[in-house]
Amino acid sequence: MITLKYFASLKSIAEKEEDHLDIENPITLDQLSDIISKTTPKMGEMIREKKVLISINQEMASVDTVIHDGDEVAFLPPFSGGAK
Amino acid sequence: MSTTTDSKIRIQLEDFSVTDEIEAMKKVSRNIGGITTFLGTGRELSKGENISQLNFEHYPKMAEKKLAEIREKSIKDFGIIDMSIIHRIGPIEIGENIVLIVAAGEHRGETFKACEWAIAELKRTTPIWKRETTTKGEVWVQATP
Repeated sequence: MITLKYFASLKSIAEKEEDHLDIENPITLDQLSDIISKTTPKMGEMIREKKVLISINQEMASVDTVIHDGDEVAFLPPFSGGAK
Repeated sequence: MSTTTDSKIRIQLEDFSVTDEIEAMKKVSRNIGGITTFLGTGRELSKGENISQLNFEHYPKMAEKKLAEIREKSIKDFGIIDMSIIHRIGPIEIGENIVLIVAAGEHRGETFKACEWAIAELKRTTPIWKRETTTKGEVWVQATP
């Protein structure tokens, strides 16, 4: 089982703060976005279009990151940043 | 979420005292000859809108981890003696403290550089988000990815 976490503005888009997903084998981020698209199309679209940052176990993920059973996947809107 | 006052990295609901944090830093080493601080506070006007309240949310564990990495890299890369970073979360009123960085070194030069780098890096890499409440409603503030 993997844990999915949504933060800030993404909570209202996903309509949840946390979710759990059973996976039989390791999956890619693309595969995960396909799964999420089935229940939350807008969220899946934002992942595919790289409008959100993704971390796996509190480390930023890259396109080729593979998700394993037990991982915590977090969807992070761009950080608040701020002017200099 | 850590609320211990002796930790150099803290994310907390409560306000902090800038004076207390500076005094705590001065006790770290007798070789400290310069301390630079950055204090971020709640601003009333943002993009032409009047803000009535701010609210900060963070990703527990990851945010603390990123702040710890910033502190360690600041000490290593700029040769400062120590650094503390405190960020508040939850509701924050206009004028209240939000974030404090205290950089201490033997001389002022490295502390200015470390402090400026650390706040820029915090805003770039730390999963903390700001929600502004204006007359038009609530809006999450986002930088472009």
